[in-house]
Amino acid sequence: MLDVILKGTWQTLYMVFFSTLIAVVLGFIPAVILTLTAEDGLKPNRIVYGILDMIVNVFRSFPFIILMVIVIPVTRVIAGKSIGTTAAIVPLTIYAIPFIARVFENALRETDAGVIEAAKSFGATDLQIITKVYFKESVPRLLNGIVLLIINMVGASAMAGTLGGGGLGDIAIRKGYQAYDISYLVVTSIVLIVIVQLVQGIGNVIYKKKA
Amino acid sequence: MINLVNVRKSFGELEVLKDINLQIHEKEIYGIIGQSGAGKSTLLRCINGLETYDSGTITVDGTAVDVNDKKQLRQLRKDMGMIFQNFNLLSRLDVYDNVALPLRFWNENPNTEENKKKIEHLIELVGLKDKMHERPENLSGGQKQRVAIARALVNDPKILLCDEATSALDPRITHGILELLKQINEELGITIVVVTHQMEVVKQICQRVAFLKHGVVLAEGKPEELFVKPTEDVKKFLGEEGQVLPKEGVNVQLFFTDDSSDEPVITEMARELGIDFSICWAKLEEFRENVFGSLILNIQEKDKERVFKFLESKNVTWEVL
Repeated sequence: MLDVILKGTWQTLYMVFFSTLIAVVLGFIPAVILTLTAEDGLKPNRIVYGILDMIVNVFRSFPFIILMVIVIPVTRVIAGKSIGTTAAIVPLTIYAIPFIARVFENALRETDAGVIEAAKSFGATDLQIITKVYFKESVPRLLNGIVLLIINMVGASAMAGTLGGGGLGDIAIRKGYQAYDISYLVVTSIVLIVIVQLVQGIGNVIYKKKA
Repeated sequence: MINLVNVRKSFGELEVLKDINLQIHEKEIYGIIGQSGAGKSTLLRCINGLETYDSGTITVDGTAVDVNDKKQLRQLRKDMGMIFQNFNLLSRLDVYDNVALPLRFWNENPNTEENKKKIEHLIELVGLKDKMHERPENLSGGQKQRVAIARALVNDPKILLCDEATSALDPRITHGILELLKQINEELGITIVVVTHQMEVVKQICQRVAFLKHGVVLAEGKPEELFVKPTEDVKKFLGEEGQVLPKEGVNVQLFFTDDSSDEPVITEMARELGIDFSICWAKLEEFRENVFGSLILNIQEKDKERVFKFLESKNVTWEVL
């Protein structure tokens, strides 16, 4: 049992880590574009904002289990196969990008408009305002968003078992639910709770330091 | 130094600036006063291009303020520091880094010996030497505005724009901030434009003032002229309209300028002319440490020729109401 749980934990952490990492990097781009083109942004543009906003909403409408099936062709192209732990990172990332883009957008847009105006009045360029004001002021909120994403990814990765992704969720379903072994259900649940608590705890500590 | 010619601006249907013409001279402290919604903040923001204007021209030191010419506008903004009602400091930077921020926008390293000296000198100038590495959240409103002032000066501007800079502060703190602005004007020779709805701001520091209402400059001049001898609109703003004056006799208003306000004109007049009259209304006000006053007398019809003659002989401006 220990072996199974350890392997499952490793697979979960593996999927969560890489999908979060890639999503954070890629999610920044739409987040910045949304922030810039929003009504109160530096380059208001209703069309660009509207389209991007809709794309984000569309992708966020899918429950992960359905999205996972829909993007199988994409998964095959990127990962070379459609099943396995590594392959599961593709749908997880696709699921995470619009989520984190929205969270980052909200974090960035919470920046005090007066501070941005002040920066403009000192001759800051748009790029400088993004890096030296928006990002700088939003760091704690961005960190909070990443913590939120990680916890969401722990939940979503549980469903990756359907595509042979393995992980703790897969163990809970197959050994705990389908094979009626309650002890697997209990242990996987405890491990998941510990992971979420740790992530949130570490996140809170960093937030306090950075705020 | 700053020239506004026929400046107009509308927000949709609403005309916020209607044909504004102003000349702000080098090294003066110029006030723009009016109630909220008069268009004064919009006007100020047009000067450094934070707002666009629909027609007319604004030039600063001979250069036109054109929001479409990004490069030139950026250069212009370097010469114009600005402070705000809500201070607008970066919450995650300490005092030093907040003051250093505009330098970073101009790709200067704030940690060179020279820049370090400059930033520390400015923080000292605004009286916050012991708060150098505090975050804004640990500062009072007045201290935050002092940081903002230091920040606005770090690029060696020629002009400082102040947007309701003391409106969020209590009177005692306001006094201190205004003294600091005056000191900056005198010692560094920086032209200061203040937008405010507070009379005391204008009285304490402004050399000239424009009174703005519904996007129109209703009056312009020295504050002592504007407020000691106000027009109807200015009176309304000051809450001085509707003085109840006697219907009998003649009401004469006297205006005392700097040199005459400490002369005992009134008692002298009573004694010399041997007449009786009543004082219906009076006020004395301080403008940049000079005292100006105004007084309304009710005299009898029969005395008026002699009173007018007496007043002519004194250094007093007067008019019959």
